Amino acid sequence: MSKNFGYSWLIGGAQGTGIERGASIFINSVAAAGYYVFGKREYYSNIMGEHSYYYVRFDKKPIRSHVERYNILAAYDAETIFRHSTEALPEAAIIYNSLLKAVRLSEIPTIEKRLRNEISKKFNLEPNKLNLSLILEEAEKNGVKAFPVDYTEILTTVSKKTGESLSELTIMNNIIAVASSLALLKLDFEVLVKAISKTFGNRKRVIELNTLVSELAYNQVNSKGYSNEFNLSLPKLENNSKRYILNGNQAVAIGKLAAGCRFQTYYPITPATDESNFLEAHENIEIKEEISNLINEEKEFLKTEGSIVVMETEDEIAAITMATGAALAGARASTSTSGPGFSLMVEGLGWAGMNEVPVVITLYQRGGPSTGMPTRNEQGDLRFAIHAGHGEFPRIVLAPGDVEEAFYDTIRAFNYAERYQLPVILMLDKFLANSVKTIEKIEANKVKIDRGTILKEDELLKLKQAGKEYKRFEFTENGISPRVFVGTNNAVFWNTGDEHDELGHITEDPIIRDKMMEKRMSKLLTASKEIPMEEKLNYFPATKPEITIVSWGSNKGPILDLIELLKDEGIEVDYIQVRILNPFPANELRGLLEGKRWVDVESNYSAQLAGLIRENTGLKPNYYIVKYNGRPISLDELYIAVKRTITSEAPTRQVLRSGA
Amino acid sequence: MELKLKLTDYRTDVHNNWCPGCGDFGILSSIQQALFEMQLNPSKVAIISGIGCSAKTPHYINGYGIHTLHGRAIPYATGLKLANPELEVIVTVGDGDGLGIGAGHFVHAGRRNVDFTVVLYNNEVYGLTKGQAAPTLNIGVKTKSLPKPNINQAINPILLAFAAGYTFIARGYAYEVKHLKELIKQAISHKGSAFVEVIQPCPTYNDIHTKEYWSGKGNIDPKTGKEVPRYYKLEETGYECIITDETTEEEYLNKISKFHKESI
Repeated sequence: MSKNFGYSWLIGGAQGTGIERGASIFINSVAAAGYYVFGKREYYSNIMGEHSYYYVRFDKKPIRSHVERYNILAAYDAETIFRHSTEALPEAAIIYNSLLKAVRLSEIPTIEKRLRNEISKKFNLEPNKLNLSLILEEAEKNGVKAFPVDYTEILTTVSKKTGESLSELTIMNNIIAVASSLALLKLDFEVLVKAISKTFGNRKRVIELNTLVSELAYNQVNSKGYSNEFNLSLPKLENNSKRYILNGNQAVAIGKLAAGCRFQTYYPITPATDESNFLEAHENIEIKEEISNLINEEKEFLKTEGSIVVMETEDEIAAITMATGAALAGARASTSTSGPGFSLMVEGLGWAGMNEVPVVITLYQRGGPSTGMPTRNEQGDLRFAIHAGHGEFPRIVLAPGDVEEAFYDTIRAFNYAERYQLPVILMLDKFLANSVKTIEKIEANKVKIDRGTILKEDELLKLKQAGKEYKRFEFTENGISPRVFVGTNNAVFWNTGDEHDELGHITEDPIIRDKMMEKRMSKLLTASKEIPMEEKLNYFPATKPEITIVSWGSNKGPILDLIELLKDEGIEVDYIQVRILNPFPANELRGLLEGKRWVDVESNYSAQLAGLIRENTGLKPNYYIVKYNGRPISLDELYIAVKRTITSEAPTRQVLRSGA
Repeated sequence: MELKLKLTDYRTDVHNNWCPGCGDFGILSSIQQALFEMQLNPSKVAIISGIGCSAKTPHYINGYGIHTLHGRAIPYATGLKLANPELEVIVTVGDGDGLGIGAGHFVHAGRRNVDFTVVLYNNEVYGLTKGQAAPTLNIGVKTKSLPKPNINQAINPILLAFAAGYTFIARGYAYEVKHLKELIKQAISHKGSAFVEVIQPCPTYNDIHTKEYWSGKGNIDPKTGKEVPRYYKLEETGYECIITDETTEEEYLNKISKFHKESI
């Protein structure tokens, strides 16, 4: 199977020891060599010490998913090998620190009891008898090549040459693992040198040290003849096209900048915060002379760099209400959170719905319920997003499936919000947020900014001169009343969470209540009519599909890769990716699904999308494939599960359980 | 040609449904008069409220009126002001609204010192839910809806505002409309977060701190033998507490100690 999956590389170590940095140098290197990259990060809710790993797959063609197997495992601690030794592909390489051979399973406190027992059982040895040597021997029996690298020798040499203390240099274990891997793959050393520069920007000393360490690692791997023993190599590909490597957090943030978002609020939460931090790095506030003691240079910097106010609020309730306040004054405004934060935002969501305020919420799902698994993946909040809030009010829920869609759908989210004057929930998940992917290009012009119907000062003056009063919630045919920004001359209006009349004053009149409720809710019908089918769902047709996959969100990556994989075997599968979840594209889906054999694929326990489809169309899938262990769906496990549905060997419900 | 705005330009024709004799009328009137005297353009004024009796205030004022969620007026106001600094933003909150459910936001507003005015209607009870104890009701006090005397200590809004970092802090009385109007004008003119606590009798549920109580019922001056009000105007006592960058540490400590004494 390995040739179909391209190359896979896994780096692991203790959290806080540079796993992510190491992975970015590796990714920058293989990308510079002309390869497409997909990278996935797995980490504990922890800052230092717990096992963390980064998985990178790369290939000559675009790729979008991971497999739970590797060609190279680059480890600088023993735990990584204890955990991942059996995920090796045939003839894979394990790079390890030769000093660690005697480390026993019982000496690693961060391996959970259950896993420790499992490993111990697998090797039929007590944890205090099972050491790393034995694990490596076993792996070698299965065709894996274990390459010891003397990490200490490399760092000692660097310490002598540079005068840096050895203890300071241990943080560079990551670059030894990376450089050894690339040496094994016979990648041109200069490519790595460039990648190091790119990763560290203007930190000259760090670049020097990393380059020196890399050189020594390359020398060691080559002098010991490892690269000849390993059969994979990474020739530089000719590639002149400009490509980007982005993760979901960044794609949304860039989408917000492109959408003209002027106000972002957030309360720190995994895995949403990276989006706001990215925006914060690009924010701009003009500082007025009299309240400032900043030097001119700083002022100029704040004025010219970026264009957005990013507010870290006291909690998520403040995050959504503050963003709503900004939206009332006419700013394109949004907030970003994860499930627990969204739970707190619900009252603010209802108020925005009731007062028809355009506000965008990025909701990054993670393992729930409650605190759940903060750093792990799940698509468990679909029903919650659609139904959150007491009473009934309109909202649009959309879920991009990959990095490109995350960018474009972010811009659309603001357009929908302003056009239909309602809250829009943009749903991603940890998998999409934290996974990087090579993309060809993003075109900001592809989605035009649409701010909806807004009345300006002069139009309001005419209204006033005609003796008419501006009515914020005027009853209209399509439910949309022209909007005025708070602070616009020649008008005032009122908002209230209470039911209200056209002016915005409290009313409990049953006739007005009916009319206002119907006006608000009718905006969903208007949106349903106006939003084109290609924005509601993606249909990937096949001439003679053996089965139809229906799914949403980040599962798109493994599903598209699976379709290609099956095509190579002569099997055709078609795929419907639902992107707008509310208002639900019932007619469109019914048209596509009726009479078909289909399988629902979701990263949650209760197959929430399938439930929505049944509720809205009456149609029921033939098979369910679900996953809720906190790890995203891998290409290899999906391949097996979908194939079983094609051959009708599958039970109605398959639960995917892979992932470390 | 600038047309002079009349007091009535700051009123709406919405039926006011506060209880007769409610202190809210005095506060509403003070705000309207302040806006009128400052000749603020109603289209540049935003009144933000939370939930409760105080929260109806925006509906009675001709300006952008944003009646929000319980406790959340301050973050809405922060968003509005940051998105449009030209706005004159006034937040009207009750004691439960501002210091119970909204206490977190109240404190964090002080940290940020956003340029708006917070007017806190303090009648010590939750009026709209029929008189439960608010966070500003003193321990041991039993207002008429309470089955037993209050077992919690009261929050002192003035001290809390100071600790949080508000840069203008005042206290007024709902039935001293002229005086209160002046305080509100100063608060609006202040650049930064301004806080005005308003002592406000609730004729329906607070039978302890009534209008009569504040007017001096039973408060006999031993010299004259006459009842004297239980409030006085600080500025008439020679009190002054402006702290600037030039204030020395000694002056600062002195002022703070006076401020602390007067806040109680």
